[in-house]
Amino acid sequence: VCLDKESYSGVEERPKWDNKIQYLLTCIGFAVGLGNIWRFPYLCQIYGGGAFLIPYLIALVFEGLPLLYLELAIGQRLRMGSIGVWKSISPLLGGVGIASMIVSFLVSIFYNTIIAWVLWYFFHSFQNPLPWSQCPLNDNHTGYDVECEKSTSVNYFWYRQTLNITPDIETSGSLQWWLVICLASAWCVVYICFIKGIESMGKAVYVTATFPYLVLTIFLVRALTLPGATDGLVYLFTPDWEILKNPQVWLDAATQIFFSLSVAFGGLIAFSSYNSERNNCERDAVLVGVINSATSLYASISIFSILGFKATNAYNSCREDNILDLTNHFELSDQNMTLENYYQWYDYLNSTFPDEVASLPLKSCNLQTFLDQSASGTGLAFIVFTEAVMEMPGSQVWAILFFIMLLSLGLSSMFGNIEGVLTPMHDLKIVPKWIPNEVLTAIICLASFLMSLIFTLGSGNYWVEVFNGYVGSVPLLIIAFFEIIGVIYVYGMKNFSEDIYFMTGSRPNIYWKACWMVISPIMLLAVLIAYVGLQAQKHPTYPTWNPDYELFPQTQVKDYPDWVFAIILLLCIVPVISIPVVALYELICCKIQRSSARAEPTHISFHDNKTGFI
Amino acid sequence: MLEKILILLCLSSALAEQPCKPDASDGYKVRLSIKTALGDEAYVWNENEMFLFRATLAFAMRSHLNGQEFDVSNIIVCDETPRVTFWFVVTSPLNTSGLVDKGVVEEAIRMSRNRINSAFLLTDKTLEFIGITPTLTAPVNPDTPPWLIVFGVVMGAVGAGIIVVLVSPLVLKKRKKNEETDEDEEETGVKAVENGSTREGVYNMSFSDDERLTQM
Repeated sequence: VCLDKESYSGVEERPKWDNKIQYLLTCIGFAVGLGNIWRFPYLCQIYGGGAFLIPYLIALVFEGLPLLYLELAIGQRLRMGSIGVWKSISPLLGGVGIASMIVSFLVSIFYNTIIAWVLWYFFHSFQNPLPWSQCPLNDNHTGYDVECEKSTSVNYFWYRQTLNITPDIETSGSLQWWLVICLASAWCVVYICFIKGIESMGKAVYVTATFPYLVLTIFLVRALTLPGATDGLVYLFTPDWEILKNPQVWLDAATQIFFSLSVAFGGLIAFSSYNSERNNCERDAVLVGVINSATSLYASISIFSILGFKATNAYNSCREDNILDLTNHFELSDQNMTLENYYQWYDYLNSTFPDEVASLPLKSCNLQTFLDQSASGTGLAFIVFTEAVMEMPGSQVWAILFFIMLLSLGLSSMFGNIEGVLTPMHDLKIVPKWIPNEVLTAIICLASFLMSLIFTLGSGNYWVEVFNGYVGSVPLLIIAFFEIIGVIYVYGMKNFSEDIYFMTGSRPNIYWKACWMVISPIMLLAVLIAYVGLQAQKHPTYPTWNPDYELFPQTQVKDYPDWVFAIILLLCIVPVISIPVVALYELICCKIQRSSARAEPTHISFHDNKTGFI
Repeated sequence: MLEKILILLCLSSALAEQPCKPDASDGYKVRLSIKTALGDEAYVWNENEMFLFRATLAFAMRSHLNGQEFDVSNIIVCDETPRVTFWFVVTSPLNTSGLVDKGVVEEAIRMSRNRINSAFLLTDKTLEFIGITPTLTAPVNPDTPPWLIVFGVVMGAVGAGIIVVLVSPLVLKKRKKNEETDEDEEETGVKAVENGSTREGVYNMSFSDDERLTQM
């Protein structure tokens, strides 16, 4: 039985988007996040460039778009946040909404820490020279700081002066005051954008969702004028078709699409619930999905032009170091040996004086090796890219632009996360009416800030990796699986088709039906099992920055201690435990009520204040 | 016999007057990279440039050891290469056959390093004294770190924004309330007059004077 209009007469006035553009920009901003910049290009690089696009696009078409359409449709139809929506579909599924809310909360805590780090770098970009370009002197001014000398100044600035990282996760260190104030400012920025709910956020997304594209274009144009950019692009897109035989590639493509679209957070459901009822959500879903993937591709072009430039620079300075060694040893005239004639000179010298050449500490310079140096995540943004920016003329401008772009990307994704927490809180009706929305938002921001102080400890970066790897992965897959099963099999495909007909004027075609009923659930299940299976195969390890390590500056890989492993398990289980718990609770309550109701002739309907269709 | 003794004496005196040789214990090796530093505007290294070098070094020795009159002839150069490297030793003006100690030469060069570099339009990296490491320039450390300034500006703007957004609706509400009470008073007054003038039709209780009292 479909929902009819009369049942909405008692519902209070729901906030609305000013216009369609706001809604689309918010959804795009939520989907397009830091992962598009620093995860997709890395995957493209390690999985054979152009060949990776094939599993990626297949995953988009068969897994990403159907899930996206599903969430936007139920949000728009049922016009409530994630908890309300799932309770409406079936009280047994109320736990799915709670799970979404918990995951959104946990993700927003560590995600804002990354924004705090971006703010820290942004504040430091207003100096000449850039602080990460020089090593500080040691205590008695006789040389540079030892840790900085062994690694690079960029590494030192990130690991020591920003994070002040401890050698492992067990050593907690103390609260780093500078990170605390950056974190406080990050939360204040989020608060001010969220103060009036979607009214203020809707205005903020005009900037935060569009600015990254502007910066990416500027970087692309600039990078293409730098030497070596084309090498980077050729390297990125040269397809290695053999890689498609590796199942890990397919798994990574599926997980990348899934996490990139930000489904199962509840944020998309909340955003589409503020739409008018008769809105073509099919077109919106396809638009958001395609734009998200196109942005990933565009970002990887920009990033790899810059990385190609950086690799070329490193290759050239490697050769120039060799040239200097050879020139000094053989007392050749200055600048007689240059980059152009390096190889001819080298061959000549090696053939005439092979022993002397062998005795020199020459490095083997290979452009491919430099291009192969890949990095993803914070390593890409804060180490590799900052190093590249140092070598571009006018570094401060590029650094500032880059960090504002990261800030916009992070903020627009934070909006979705916070929305995934706030809207269900309204739905749960646990907040008394006399507390205005602004105060509730302030309380949530304050509580999140206090909880995220863990990430400002010396071991904070390790904890961010824990949260990133375990909260933002398995629980989401489980929630998405239950979402799709819940809508298609509990609510019913027929009912859902009628709802879509009501909203968009046409029933979903065979492609959508096939995906929803068969392909997407199977893909999700396969990805979930493969993902958990791979994780469970080995004891989880993590890379640490330990200056006392023999092979420093390489990162030392350590095992997670048992108590951290227990926390990891908790982080995976706690969000999803609400699904079976709520289901059981509702079953028991229902049975008790039914058995007591059967005793009386007149019974109060169990679903009197819900849109009754059961 | 006599010629042999003469030859031996000449040889030994010639050898004795060879204080400058590569790997001399009191000498330093100098390496210049003029083309690297100046590119197209590089000058050619010739006798005159070498004279300038010796004069500059004599100046450095004079500045360090006040009172001793070092001259160009006190700086002895040898083993020049096309790379533009050479060895030099410094003889003392008080004792022409004795060399000035290595440590003293090093201190003198360190003191006047900047002047020596500028004489040749070179830097610490392009005019190298092998064995004398250049003193490292400490990075500039301003009293207020610049990042705190930017942080203050941004946070000030955000804080002001929050206060404005939170307070302005309250202010607007207050202003609206005041305006509404004024408007309502006018309305009830006007309507009462209108109704009073016609006195036809049903008396509408909603516009009675009680309204004004309940408004308070």
